[in-house]
Amino acid sequence: MAEIPGTGTELDRRTVLRRAAMAGLLATPAMGLLNACASGGDEGANTDTPSGEKSDTNPLGVDPKAPLEVVIFNGGLGTKYATDVHIPSYNKLFPESKVTFSQTEEIATVIQPRVNAGDPPDMINNSGSKLMDMGALVQAGQAQDLTELFAAPSVDIAGSTVKDTLVPGTVEQGQFNGKPYALNYAFTVFGLWYNSKLFAANNWTAPKTWAEFTALLDQIKGKGILPYSYAGANASYYQYLVILTSAAKIGGPDVLKNIDNLADGAWQAPAVKQAAQAWGEIGAKYGNKAHLGLKHTEVQLQQNQDKVAIYPSGSWLENEQAKDTPAGFEYAVMPVPSVTGSDAMPQTAIYAAAGEIYFVAAKGKNPRGGMEYLRHMLSKAGAQGFTKATKVLTVVKGATDGLTISPGLTSSDTMLKAAGADYFSYRFDTWYKKLDDEARAATNELMFSGGDAQKFCDRMQKAADAVKADSSIQKFTR
Amino acid sequence: MRHGKYPFIIGFLAVPVALYGTFVVAAYVQTFQLSFTSFRGFGAATYVGLDNFVRLWDDSQFWQALRNHAVLLIFLPLITIAIALVFAFLLNVGGGAKGGMQRGVWGSKFYRVVFFFPQLLALALVAVIFGRVYSPDGSGLINGLLNGGDDPILFLADQRWALWSILAVLIWQAVGFYVVLFSAGMGSVPQEIYEAAALDGATRVTLFFRVTIPLLWNTVQVAWVYLGIAAFDAFALVNIMTVDRGGPDGATMVLGMLIYRNIFDYSQYGYASAIGVVLFFLTLTFAALTLRVTRRDTVEM
Repeated sequence: MAEIPGTGTELDRRTVLRRAAMAGLLATPAMGLLNACASGGDEGANTDTPSGEKSDTNPLGVDPKAPLEVVIFNGGLGTKYATDVHIPSYNKLFPESKVTFSQTEEIATVIQPRVNAGDPPDMINNSGSKLMDMGALVQAGQAQDLTELFAAPSVDIAGSTVKDTLVPGTVEQGQFNGKPYALNYAFTVFGLWYNSKLFAANNWTAPKTWAEFTALLDQIKGKGILPYSYAGANASYYQYLVILTSAAKIGGPDVLKNIDNLADGAWQAPAVKQAAQAWGEIGAKYGNKAHLGLKHTEVQLQQNQDKVAIYPSGSWLENEQAKDTPAGFEYAVMPVPSVTGSDAMPQTAIYAAAGEIYFVAAKGKNPRGGMEYLRHMLSKAGAQGFTKATKVLTVVKGATDGLTISPGLTSSDTMLKAAGADYFSYRFDTWYKKLDDEARAATNELMFSGGDAQKFCDRMQKAADAVKADSSIQKFTR
Repeated sequence: MRHGKYPFIIGFLAVPVALYGTFVVAAYVQTFQLSFTSFRGFGAATYVGLDNFVRLWDDSQFWQALRNHAVLLIFLPLITIAIALVFAFLLNVGGGAKGGMQRGVWGSKFYRVVFFFPQLLALALVAVIFGRVYSPDGSGLINGLLNGGDDPILFLADQRWALWSILAVLIWQAVGFYVVLFSAGMGSVPQEIYEAAALDGATRVTLFFRVTIPLLWNTVQVAWVYLGIAAFDAFALVNIMTVDRGGPDGATMVLGMLIYRNIFDYSQYGYASAIGVVLFFLTLTFAALTLRVTRRDTVEM
């Protein structure tokens, strides 16, 4: 790819300045520093034009010789899926391209300065607790529009575009005000997890109605096992996810849509209050106050030791606990039981969403290559490789059909198939992080100190109204 | 030598001044500048005047953090200095006079090491250790000792106790340093004064209040300022130990945590800088006030 004249020297000047500052040779160029560190990068040219020849095997017009830089977040999913599956797949098609791979546990710390300096990697896995604010990236024009990627043909599913091969809602999940800028790759299903061997040994079955649920919790309690718990110290969002799942099942998915759109009185809806009421009672009657002070790893370990029977989580749980799971423990998952007999959605309905963001830097050196890399992630082989390495499903439809990988994965796959089209999600937690924080605190209060549903709704409504009135926060709708 | 003087001085100062200018002054200036913008981490910063400070005024979390700092500001210096003074006194003077020399209690050399030990541990380690000590189930050190974890005390999970639990760790960690500081101060008190006081029949308690403290006043004053500044921090412990980082429900929220969350969770760099500016002035005001209020005539020795 030809360097656009001017950008090269511009970068060099900055690099030199940065190094000089590092060496402490620069005295106090405070304003200069601010310009270089904080607000630089906006004049960096967008190099996005197809520079290779477009063909059936190269629909995005990637320059076959251009190097590609990929950065993967090293967390619960590891990085093997990239180094062992996706990079070889890319190199098979473009053997002359040198793919540079690196990994980090802190994406923002490592990548954000590079984005601002106008030198971002081409494809970034924006994930983990230190992920970069995707809305802010889009606002600053740093993320590549992925429309062309989704319209391109699939690598190995003949006759389909990339979009056709994905589960419905995937493209929308990465849209910011109408245009796709992020690929949410991992498909996570949420439910109540339990040890199927413990259940089988006691003749317990997964409850469908609330009466069955509480009856089961009573039986478990009788056995001296803590029936239900979650980690209050750092994972209360697992619990508010379950509360809102119940709310959506009682009142339909629009309940969540209204919450996302900051509609007036969305948190005061009868369905939300009913769900909070039901779960608050579970917390008061079957929970353990001490778990407010525990972290997710501690509660999950207690479940592995059969001290906790039922635990709310997403489908990464099995992989996360792999090394602590004893032989007598097999993960299984059930949908949240129906709260009323007249719920708007069936008992099989679940919370499921595409997550784990991958995006292409718009101002990188090889944005076409970055998009092409995503196309390889979305191939059938790429998706299978990912699921085998991580035990997490991808957004590629039916990529792992017929494969048996692990009991937990089979169980979540069964639950997803049973749900059919009845799955839903919300996005307020990533759009408005402040609301997420308030929901965590309010949930802990609801579940651990007496279960006052009205107070929960009032608190959340107040916080949502405050976010709505705050002009400094960018608003999104869906 | 004369005409070589300035190049020598400049050559000597250039590097430290440049380092200080780059990493301290420039960073401060940049924070002040950012506090007037709505910068979100990417792209250009837009100036919004005093908007961030107006929002801060209405931010209930900010006020809660200030209240928490007020509690720390009162009790951290008070308790730490009190404990450190007593320990230092016992280590240096508490053993009574022997052969004309004031001595510490038996084994004072050993205790000196023990007291200083927490100071050697990184704060993050201290936080993790006390996370286990306070753990709300049977695996917690304290709750495990008390009735094996049944009906546990929720140190960090109970709004009433969370801040005090953090305060206790801060004190535990700080005491050792101030014992050493006060010991050094007591070492410089001339023996004759103690001797004269002892001849006049002063008890240990009288020695402590009438001799040691007045002569140590300068050191105590410095300790007070240091501890006050530490009370404006507490970020590491709150970040690692507390429920929901600053919870439950804001009970342990501190300004450092608020800045961190605004930058890394909400991408509100401008707003976070505004909190930083407020913190800067609070610390400065506190230090100036303390030095002013506690000013006394130094006792000539």
